[in-house]
Amino acid sequence: MNYETIGISVLWIFLYGYLIVASIDFGAGFFSYYSFITGRKHLVHNIIERYLSPVWEVTNVFLIFFMVGIIGFFPDTAYYYGTALLIPGSVAIILLALRGSYYAFSNYGSKDNKFYMLIYGATGLLIPASLSTVLTISEGGFIMEKNGKVLFLYGDLFRSPYSWAVVLLAIVSVLYISSMFLTYYAAKARDNKALEVVRGYALGWSMPTILCSLLVFFAINGHNPQHFGRMVDLSWMFAASFLCFLIAIFLVWKRRGYGWAFLFVMLQFAFAFFGYGASHLPYILYPYITLYHNFTSDTMALSLIIAFIAGLLLLIPSLALLMKLFLFDASYVQGKSSKKG
Amino acid sequence: MHYDPVLYSRMLTELTLAFHIIFATIGVGVPLMIALAEWTAIKRNDPYYSLMARRWARGFVITVAVGVVTGTAIGLQLSLLWPSFMRIAGQAIALPLFLETFAFFFEAIFLGIYLYTWDRFKKPMMHFLLLIPVVIGSSASAFFITTVNAFMNTPQGFKLQNGIITDIQPLVAMFNPATPTKVAHVLASSYMTSAFILAAIAAFSLLKKKDTLYHRKALKLTMTAALVFSLSTALVGDLSGKFLAKYQPEKLAAAEWHFETSENAPLVLGGFLTKDNEIKYGLKIPYALSILAHGSPTAEVQGLNETPVKERPPLYVHYIFDMMVSIGIFLTLLGFIYLWAQRRAHKNHGRYPRWLLRLITWSGPLAMLGIECGWVYAEVGRQPWILRGFMKTTEGATTSTHVDTMLVLFCFLYILLGLTVIKVLGKLFKNNDVQEELIARGIEGGEA
Repeated sequence: MNYETIGISVLWIFLYGYLIVASIDFGAGFFSYYSFITGRKHLVHNIIERYLSPVWEVTNVFLIFFMVGIIGFFPDTAYYYGTALLIPGSVAIILLALRGSYYAFSNYGSKDNKFYMLIYGATGLLIPASLSTVLTISEGGFIMEKNGKVLFLYGDLFRSPYSWAVVLLAIVSVLYISSMFLTYYAAKARDNKALEVVRGYALGWSMPTILCSLLVFFAINGHNPQHFGRMVDLSWMFAASFLCFLIAIFLVWKRRGYGWAFLFVMLQFAFAFFGYGASHLPYILYPYITLYHNFTSDTMALSLIIAFIAGLLLLIPSLALLMKLFLFDASYVQGKSSKKG
Repeated sequence: MHYDPVLYSRMLTELTLAFHIIFATIGVGVPLMIALAEWTAIKRNDPYYSLMARRWARGFVITVAVGVVTGTAIGLQLSLLWPSFMRIAGQAIALPLFLETFAFFFEAIFLGIYLYTWDRFKKPMMHFLLLIPVVIGSSASAFFITTVNAFMNTPQGFKLQNGIITDIQPLVAMFNPATPTKVAHVLASSYMTSAFILAAIAAFSLLKKKDTLYHRKALKLTMTAALVFSLSTALVGDLSGKFLAKYQPEKLAAAEWHFETSENAPLVLGGFLTKDNEIKYGLKIPYALSILAHGSPTAEVQGLNETPVKERPPLYVHYIFDMMVSIGIFLTLLGFIYLWAQRRAHKNHGRYPRWLLRLITWSGPLAMLGIECGWVYAEVGRQPWILRGFMKTTEGATTSTHVDTMLVLFCFLYILLGLTVIKVLGKLFKNNDVQEELIARGIEGGEA
C-alpha cells in the first residue's frame, strides 16, 4: 500500500471514530436537556451523566486529530479549506467552545443551571450541522479559484438541496446513534425506566435516519453525478449498511441483545461512511485536491506514520482502561461505585 | 477602520492566544502541583494534602474545559486565518503538531479516569499513579507545540524556492536552535505561575479566614515549589537571552533599544524613546546587556541598526520585556521573603505577617501577567516575520473578507466564557468550605 492510501485510511478511521463518539455525546447532550425541560430528567439524566462525564474530553481529541492529520498528510487542504471555511469554521469553533465549557460549568460548577444546560443541549445539534458542511463542500461546486484567490460561494451552498439533505442527515443520525447507545447503556445499568424512554427515542429516530440517507444518496446524483456513479459501483456496501440497520432495529424492537444492536448500528455507519469515503476518492476536494497531486513529502509521510503507530501503542491500552473502568464495569455503570471527588 | 485581512487576522490570533494561554499555563502547571500534593499525602500519610489535591482538581476541571475548547479554536484558526503559512508549516512541522494531539489524548484519557476514581482503589498509590500520565501528557503537549513556535523563530530543516518547499527533515525542523530554551522557559514559567496562583488562593484564605492548618500547609507547599520554579525560570531566561543574541539579535536589540553595535553594552530599564531614537529617563545598568547576551561584561552586542528598517520589530516591545523581567525578579524575591518569614513563623505560632499574605495574593495574577508579557514579547519581537527569514506575516494571512466580523464574534465568546469561569469558580470556592470538608471527611480537628 502506498503512503497516500495509508494516510487517507488513517484519517478516515479517525473521522469515523469521531462520528460515533461525537454523535453519542451531542445527542446525549440534547436528550439530557430535553428530558430536563419535559420533566423527565430524573429518569434518564443519571445514565447520561455517568457515561459522559469521564469521556467528554476524549471526544474532542478525535476531531483535532483528524484536523491536524489532514493538514500533515495533505497540506493543500489547509490552503483551500482554510480560506473557504472562515465563516462556517469559526461558527463551528464557537459552538464547540460554548458546548465544551458549558458542559463543564453545569456538571462540575453549578448543577441544574437552566441557561448552562440550554447552551449545552442546543449547540449539540448545531455542531453536526455546521461540521457537515465540510463534507458538502468537498463535493465541489462551492469553491472557486480566481486570480490566485480562493472564493467561497455562500449563496450556492445555501441554495443547494444537496447541502440541506446532508445537514438533515447529520442531525437525525446524531439523535439515532446516541439513543441507540443510551438504550444499550441503560439496559446494562438495569435501569428499566430510563431504558423505556431512550428505547422510544431510538425507535422513533430510526425511520427518519434511513429516509435522510436515501435523500442524500439521490441528492449526490443531482450535485456530482460522477461521484454517484462510483457509489453505485460500491452499492454492496450500502446494501450491507441497510441490512445492519434492519438487524439493529429488529433487536431493539424485540427487546434483546442491546449490545449487539449497538454493534450493528456501528457497522451500519461504518459501511455507509467507508462506502461514501471510498467512492469520493481520488478527490479530497473536488476538483482541486486529489490523493496524489497534493500529498506531503515522503519523509514527512513516513515520520507521521511512525508517530501514528507509536501513538496507537500508547492510546489503545489507555482507551481500553478507560472503557474497562467506566463502560464495562458493572458496578460503575449501575451507579454503585463511588462518585467524583 | 479600513478593512485589512492581515491586521484583523493578527488581532484575532492575538485575542485567541492571549485567552488560551491563561488556561494552557494552568493546564500545564496545576497537574504537577496536584501530583506534588498527592505524593506528599502518601509519603507523610497526611490526609490534609490529599484533600488539597482533591480541591485543586475540582477547580482544575473547569479551567481544563476552557483550555480544551480555546485550544481547539486556535488549532482550527491557524488554518482559517493563515492558510498560506499552514501550507508550508503543514509540510515541515506536521510531526510535532501530530504528536501534540497524541499527548493531549493521553492526558485527556487519564484525567477522565483520575477525576472519577477517588476512593475507588484500595491503595492510594494507584490513584496517584494515574496522575503521572496526566502530568507527562500536559507537559509533553506543551513541549511539542512549543517546538512549532520555536520553528517559526528559527526555521530549518527544509528548502523554500518560489513557494515550493523541498528537502524536508522533520526532526531537524522540530529540534531547531530555539527549541531547548523556549521549551524550558515555557515549562518552568508555567509550573511557577501555577504554583503562585495556588499560593495566592491559600494566602487569600489565610487573610480572610484567620488561621487554618489546611491553608498554612497549602501555602508552604505552593510557595516552596514556586521558589524552586522561579529560580529555574530565571536561569532559563538568562539562557534565552544568550540564544537571542546568537540567533535573533534584532529581537534582543529591540527589547533593549540597543541601536549601535558596541562592546560593554548597558541594559536599559524603563525610560522612553524620542523621535530620534534617543533614550530618556531610562535606568542604565552598565555591562548588563553584554553579560545577558554573551556572559561577559565586555562582549560586543549587535545593535538594531544592522537590521534593515523593514525587518525590524516594533520598539514598544521594550516595555513588555521590562515588565516580564521585573515581575520575574519580584516573584523570585517574594519566594525568598517567604522562606525567611516561614522560619520566623515557627516561633510566632505559625502566623505570617499580613503584608506578606497580601503580596502573595497578588503574586498569582502577577505571574499570569508575566506569562502574557513574555508571549507578547516573543511573538511581536519576531515581526514582521511569520517564518523568520522565509515568510512575512502579510504573506501568510487569509484573503477572506469576513475576518473583522469573526473578530467581533470571538470577542463576545471570550468575554462570555471569561465571566462565566470567574462566576463558576467563585461559587465553587464559596460553596465548599475547607473546615466543613475536613470534618465531613473525618480528618481530625479542623481548627489548629
